[in-house]
Amino acid sequence: MLLSGYDPVMYSRILTGLTLAFHIIFATIGVGVPLMIAIAEWIGIKRNDDHYLLMARRWARGFVITVAVGVVTGTAIGLQLSLLWPTFMRAAGQSIALPLFMETFAFFFEAIFLGIYLYTWERFKKKTTHLLLLIPVVIGSSASACFITIVNAFMNAPAGVTVKDGKIVDISPFGAMLSPAMPTKVSHVLVTAYLTCAFVLAAIAAWSLLRGRNHIYYKKALRLTMMSAFVFILASAVIGDLSGKYLAKYQPEKLAAMEWHFDTTKQAPLVLGGILTEDNEIKYGLEIPFALSILAHGLPNAEVTGLNDIPEDEHPPLYIHYLFDLKMAFVAVMVFIAGAFIFLLYRKRSAAFGNKWMLRGIILAAPLAMMTIEHGWIFSEVGRQPWLLRGIMRTNEGATTSDHVDTMLIVFVLLYAVLAVSSVTVLIRMFRNNRAEDEIAAKGFKGGDE
Amino acid sequence: MSYELLGITVLWIFLFGYLIVASIDFGAGFFSYYSAVTGKRHLINNIIERYLSPVWEVTNVFLVFFFVGMVGFFPDTAYYYGTALLVPGSVAIVLLAIRGSYYAFNTYGTNKNNRFYMLLYGASGLLIPASLSTVMTISEGGYIEEHAGGRLTFLYGKLFTSTYSWTVVLLALVSVLYISAMFLSYYADRAGDRNAFEVVRKYALAWSGPTILSSLLVFFAIRNHNPVHFERMEHYAWMFVMSFACFLVAVYQVWTRKRLGVGFVFVILQFGFAFFGYGAGHMPYVLYPYLTIYDNFTSEPMAIALISVFILGLLLLIPSLYLLMRLFLFDTKYVQGKRGK
Repeated sequence: MLLSGYDPVMYSRILTGLTLAFHIIFATIGVGVPLMIAIAEWIGIKRNDDHYLLMARRWARGFVITVAVGVVTGTAIGLQLSLLWPTFMRAAGQSIALPLFMETFAFFFEAIFLGIYLYTWERFKKKTTHLLLLIPVVIGSSASACFITIVNAFMNAPAGVTVKDGKIVDISPFGAMLSPAMPTKVSHVLVTAYLTCAFVLAAIAAWSLLRGRNHIYYKKALRLTMMSAFVFILASAVIGDLSGKYLAKYQPEKLAAMEWHFDTTKQAPLVLGGILTEDNEIKYGLEIPFALSILAHGLPNAEVTGLNDIPEDEHPPLYIHYLFDLKMAFVAVMVFIAGAFIFLLYRKRSAAFGNKWMLRGIILAAPLAMMTIEHGWIFSEVGRQPWLLRGIMRTNEGATTSDHVDTMLIVFVLLYAVLAVSSVTVLIRMFRNNRAEDEIAAKGFKGGDE
Repeated sequence: MSYELLGITVLWIFLFGYLIVASIDFGAGFFSYYSAVTGKRHLINNIIERYLSPVWEVTNVFLVFFFVGMVGFFPDTAYYYGTALLVPGSVAIVLLAIRGSYYAFNTYGTNKNNRFYMLLYGASGLLIPASLSTVMTISEGGYIEEHAGGRLTFLYGKLFTSTYSWTVVLLALVSVLYISAMFLSYYADRAGDRNAFEVVRKYALAWSGPTILSSLLVFFAIRNHNPVHFERMEHYAWMFVMSFACFLVAVYQVWTRKRLGVGFVFVILQFGFAFFGYGAGHMPYVLYPYLTIYDNFTSEPMAIALISVFILGLLLLIPSLYLLMRLFLFDTKYVQGKRGK
């Protein structure tokens, strides 16, 4: 690390990155799991199958623990924005206060109904009444993800404002929400959150099956979650392609840095892997002809802006290429695992639930999905450097000048370590001594064979 | 009413909402721990848990709402308070994080009534009001120095050695315990839980004296620390008199064990009068003497958008909050623990 002496900008960046990286894990679960709970409960009511109702209930039990950590780390990042980036928040307050404000409303809405949902399992005569309570939770959690991503989209591609001498002068509050980055970012965030949660819940079921616990409950859980994962992975592929086209048009420097594309050319090739020498030559990379032009503009002959046409002090760091390639490698593994499961399910059903390698693959997919989320965010945020607000405010202009950011960094590292260890311990303890099959037997639940 | 005044009033109302719900929450966490230490937990634990479990998440939102709204309406506050509050703000975040998560770990985890977890959320609950109250203290001025070029330094030494800041901390602490115990008395009474009621009634009465005494202390301390503000508060003297009258009614109800719902309404009124009297006297300063509500107020279209969204949001929130209260606060069967989860 190049830290000589106290540099509040660097420490602020590290602390913000740390808080976000930690929060994103819980935020992703917070967005995706309510949807999966709703699907399970809905199927349970529709088929009159207690197994799915129990599934919803067990997922909800674990979900509360993750929500707690998500809420507190979300509060942390909310406050840290002002504490670490006061000058930025002064500008943001002028321009994007609206989505920030709306995010709080969505969160409020979700919090109220989640509290009601968790405590009314046996309160209503009609089972659907309880399910209906989950709709505001799903809407609230997805809407808060949507609004906060709108804030981030504005930082990537400011819209709806007039800039004069580097200062925001004229604002259209709703125009600022409709940044060109908004549609791709919001849809990408939502779909990948759903995808990740489907994989995480699938991994739990696969773990039990791998342990030889062959209850039909786990097979139902695995089928439901993997089918969902398959659908979400198709959706995220489409959106990923749209994101590339967005970058080419609005943030060419990010695309060029991530693909190590230096000279502006037509029929631009896509480079997979490789390493970059000091004089910017690519070694050991795998070149796919035309692919970058297709990714950027949908046509093999399209021209793609290269890094050499962008002022040097606006270049993002070139290592984002590795981040992006690693992310795509994770995606490839996930596609393979989801595809293999669907193939087995329709060709050789027993193997889908019994093959040890299939189950191990599914268990692997969950951390991979979570790491893809982390990589995607790091790539997206680092790729926007040196800007804090692209074209308006540089990162070093937005940071605090306070003392003690370094001490606070240590404090928060400790806090997150403690929270991580305790939440995982509590979650494991919750389910280890209370297995689904025992609960089914104890309560005499019914559920048909498939 | 100008947009500026409307904005700050809305935010002040939300801060007041947070003050009430968070006090109930923080105090209950402390009583829960305290009752475990003194061996009375079996008496009051049920009512505390039955109330807190469905609402703990909502409490946090009031706070988030306040600071997001503040930055939205008054972007300069982000700059001044953000720079000054790095350390106290981070301490508050850490405490909020510990409290929120260990509450959930203890309540929903299998290892219920883990003494260590209870200590963590009980103790952090008492320290949070103290750390958040530093914001109030700083707003009176005298703890931030502005240098040429806009660089700000926060005078930690001055904050820690000032009488005023300690009286505010004291007031925050005792009023949390007082508000919480008053609420729990009402809730236990509704539940028909006589044993719990007698325990929390004693807490409520025990903390009522210190609450009034520390309010008086703050009054005198402000007079020394910021005479301008004190003079302006004198214009609203009737509000503080009303506050004291409401206090007497509230304590009377608990003392005579009658109509505790009315008693708690008077607790809210007591703090409402004092809080809005203090706030009105504080106007127009957000941070004395650097920042008033008229400095760098957000642009008019943004103010209109925020206020419109706020009204739409309330249309969504009020019925939802009403539903939450109907189901868990005013549902006698639930309060008495006769409903399954």
